[in-house]
Amino acid sequence: MSTAAVAAPPQPQARKLLKLWQDGDQVAHLVTMVFAASVFLVTILLVYELWIHSAGSRAKFGFGFLWGRVWDPNAETFGALPFIYGTVLTSFLALIISVPLGVGAAIFLSELAPPRVSNACTFLVELLAAVPSVIYGLLAIFTLVPLLRQYGEPFLKKTLGFLPWFQGPAYGVGYLAAGLILAVMTFPFIISISREALLAVPREQREAALALGATKWESTWQVVVPFARLGIIGSIFLALARALGETMAVTMVIGNDTGIHTSLLAPGYTIAAIIANEFTEATGDVYLSSLVELGLVLFALTMILNGSAQLLIIATTRRGSKQD
Amino acid sequence: MKRPVLWILLLAAATTMAASAETINAAGATFPAPIYQKWFEEFHKMHPDIQINYQSIGSGGGIRQLTEGTVDFGASDMPMTDEQLSKVTRYKVLHFPTVLGGVVPVYNVSGVTTDLKFSGDSLAGIFLGNIKKWNDAALKKDNPGVNLPNEDITVVHRSDGSGTSFVWTDYLSKVSPEWKGKVGANTSVNWPAGLGGKGNEGVSGLVKQTPNSIGYVELIFAVQNKMGYGLVKNMAGTFVKADVNTVTEAAAGAAKGEFPADFRVSITNSPGKNAYPVSTFTWLLIPAKIDDATKKKSIKDFLQWMMTTGQQDAAGLSYAPLPKPVVAKEQKQVASIQ
Repeated sequence: MSTAAVAAPPQPQARKLLKLWQDGDQVAHLVTMVFAASVFLVTILLVYELWIHSAGSRAKFGFGFLWGRVWDPNAETFGALPFIYGTVLTSFLALIISVPLGVGAAIFLSELAPPRVSNACTFLVELLAAVPSVIYGLLAIFTLVPLLRQYGEPFLKKTLGFLPWFQGPAYGVGYLAAGLILAVMTFPFIISISREALLAVPREQREAALALGATKWESTWQVVVPFARLGIIGSIFLALARALGETMAVTMVIGNDTGIHTSLLAPGYTIAAIIANEFTEATGDVYLSSLVELGLVLFALTMILNGSAQLLIIATTRRGSKQD
Repeated sequence: MKRPVLWILLLAAATTMAASAETINAAGATFPAPIYQKWFEEFHKMHPDIQINYQSIGSGGGIRQLTEGTVDFGASDMPMTDEQLSKVTRYKVLHFPTVLGGVVPVYNVSGVTTDLKFSGDSLAGIFLGNIKKWNDAALKKDNPGVNLPNEDITVVHRSDGSGTSFVWTDYLSKVSPEWKGKVGANTSVNWPAGLGGKGNEGVSGLVKQTPNSIGYVELIFAVQNKMGYGLVKNMAGTFVKADVNTVTEAAAGAAKGEFPADFRVSITNSPGKNAYPVSTFTWLLIPAKIDDATKKKSIKDFLQWMMTTGQQDAAGLSYAPLPKPVVAKEQKQVASIQ
């Protein structure tokens, strides 16, 4: 049977198809496209599921859910504001600390350090990035929190206690502890990716700057860093994404209080933490769908922040290219 | 080279054989999970053809899965509400108490080494945030001779939804009208004061670390970790230290009173001279009608065994065994499974 099929000369069109098929280009195109499409599929499915399962809560609270301040499972009154506030505040705190630290370290490792030191440090940084978050949580509970309670927070109260952000009892756990542990968790990402971006800057850029009489630091700060700007900003937003969604370590040190407090020393809550805490035992329909809606809010929050990041990148890149 | 193939074949045969045994799936509460695992394992040894898988995913999850019919039976630390029962349309759900547990106050007060005594009112006052200092008159009255410091009280509660919180808040609701009105009883509530720790270990960790704090943990957790804990005043007016006996006493006390036929009963603040007031049953949730004849027989056999021989395992794991009158009532209910 097959000999007959081979013997018959294929149509020119069919031969062309066969040729394309054999080259593999079309196949590769198709297969990788399917893989890429799965990203969209998963995202759409995620939003769809969150949307459907939060129907009960959306119907009951409407947009008021976003600025509701009470979370009371017994009264079935749910509001997301304390959790949105806690999530944004702790992530912001984390970035304030980890961005200068991470970018600074990356500049040193890629531009200034001797290669041996740089390689050793980079190895450690990558190790840090791979540590599971529950380990950071334990570290925070057993080391960071007692230190904060005994030394850090009393010191802050004594020196900056006139500011509303550093008042109230020093529990150790709270927004500050969560922000600090998030800073520790995010800065390996910033170092690792920023370093890659800095290393990718062409050699000619540095040489040109030096040839024009710039010092080593001037060439680094005014030429190399701006050139690697996109990669550095990218690393910051990856860090932000991790900080927003981090669950385990934050739950362990934030104090899990559903109030909204100005003081950084007070206990608070994040969206991811309350979902992790209460999902398993949530029995009422409205309760469960409120938790799902919190998931939707977190998704939206991440989208908004990442979207504004993209806008920022576009804006700064245009200005940059005009100068060029 | 032939050996591996042989092994693979053998392995495949073994797994298919294992699969041919009757598998019963259950899910629910985490608090009784250690004893359930032990029971299911022992039961499997006696009946090698029956394998009961238990996933400790939490009481809420157990109730959900039972409602959706994805497990053969569930387990919960609190009785199902009428609303929850009305949602189960496949079958009627029967509650079977299995063992009892207690919840105890743990604290870290500077300079205090003795076991502190708490009345229901003062516990409610502390958790409401009304009693702010350790040397409050109410606490001093119950603890004569103890040098309570003039320090602020830091309250620690569970941050995750849990049966432990349910029992604690259920007790506080019974002894304090203000608690009942403002907060109420649930697996998670809107706590008026304090810090939240995840799990028993989270609460005990925060209490150990934070000077002048108070929290609550399961009795078995406190016993296993050799933690000191406080005495609680019961309905009869005595301060009782929680242990296996005083917790069982609470169930016996409740069983003498108006005991509902469906076993959905809270035994917090139970009468009885030595009853520990913050006690609870934990329940298996069994469908009243099981279509699969083998499964039905296995589940009934298990329940019978659990209530009699199985109870001997309880005290070893610090769970309080069921009192006799309750077992007698449950045996009647086992017979009613169709």
